[in-house]
Amino acid sequence: MSATVESPSWRTVEVGRLVLINNGPYAGRIAAIVEIISEKRVLVDGPSSDEKLVVPKGAIALSDVFLTDLNLEIPRALRTSTLKQFWEKGEIDNKWKESKWFQRAQRTERRKALTDFQRFQLLRAKKQQRYEVRKALAKVKAAA
Amino acid sequence: MSQPSTQKKFGKSTREVPHPSQKVQKWYPATDESKPKKVRKTLRPWAPRDSLTPGTVLILLAGRFRGKRVVLLKTLDQGVLLVTGPFKINGVPLRRVNSRYVIATSQKIDLAGVDQAKIDEVSEPKYFARDAAKDKASEEAFFKQGEQPQKKEISSSRAADQKTIDKALIANIKKVDQLASYLASSFSLRKGDKPHEMKWENSQIADGESRELGMALCQLHLDVEASVTLILASVIEVFSQ
Repeated sequence: MSATVESPSWRTVEVGRLVLINNGPYAGRIAAIVEIISEKRVLVDGPSSDEKLVVPKGAIALSDVFLTDLNLEIPRALRTSTLKQFWEKGEIDNKWKESKWFQRAQRTERRKALTDFQRFQLLRAKKQQRYEVRKALAKVKAAA
Repeated sequence: MSQPSTQKKFGKSTREVPHPSQKVQKWYPATDESKPKKVRKTLRPWAPRDSLTPGTVLILLAGRFRGKRVVLLKTLDQGVLLVTGPFKINGVPLRRVNSRYVIATSQKIDLAGVDQAKIDEVSEPKYFARDAAKDKASEEAFFKQGEQPQKKEISSSRAADQKTIDKALIANIKKVDQLASYLASSFSLRKGDKPHEMKWENSQIADGESRELGMALCQLHLDVEASVTLILASVIEVFSQ
């Protein structure tokens, strides 16, 4: 028996890697790594066209970010305006907003902000959904 | 207290001479006299917290009806609230509760058309006062211990009051979809629920945001149908293989 060994595809800390900031005032926003300062710190910049996602250029500890799958092919130490061109060309905003990660975060946020009555309505809606699905499943099972 | 001072002549002028008892003491007192402690607290009337406006849906946290969602009718004196279920919806009668053992939700119920005079009458302290002579356990009752105690009769006037207040309230509740069943359901914590992280008051959310939330919820209702067809498709696919 032969086995093929594939090298794992890690998300690496590299210039052009998109990161999600998970700590500090810009938590929940995305930025691109433009320069690596040390093994612990990087220079990030997030010139998103969505105001809620903008991150000003600055150094950040790698422990305060999550690496994402998104990546940009960029040279080192870009200025914000030049990065913005790459950003728009790479359609980072769209790609991020279409990602499961962003959508799940949005959903969690929305769920958390529900009022008591809305939580009740949600509970009802889910019950109704479950009922419909089970009913249909029973039908299919009976037919099979 | 003050003894009269005397006028005394010294040569050409007269001077006022205080009473001998007013003279400065020659010695300091051997022990310190204790001064009474000043009380800096004042009796202030109770002010209900902002969320406790009449018509608010409350969650009771203590007592016989804990977990029930009820409607606040009026804030009474000293932290007491007058609430009603309404009785027909969740079995909670007109009742006084402690405002400390209550969570106020952001849901408000329109109190329009509710008999305000009746509410004022019910909120009198004597309305809930007990008939001490009647309620007192008699010697006879003690010897009858083994037997089934007589069921407490609800006075018909109280039942009538309940009905008059609830009637308009229920009519208003029925105008909002699912509101009646919301009041009928009781609150409880499930796995992962953290009451301190839940949103209870709308004030924390900006107007635009809350509108967005409402829309999101409407979307969810629509999504139910869409997701059912989606899930069905995948289920059928699995079973047809």
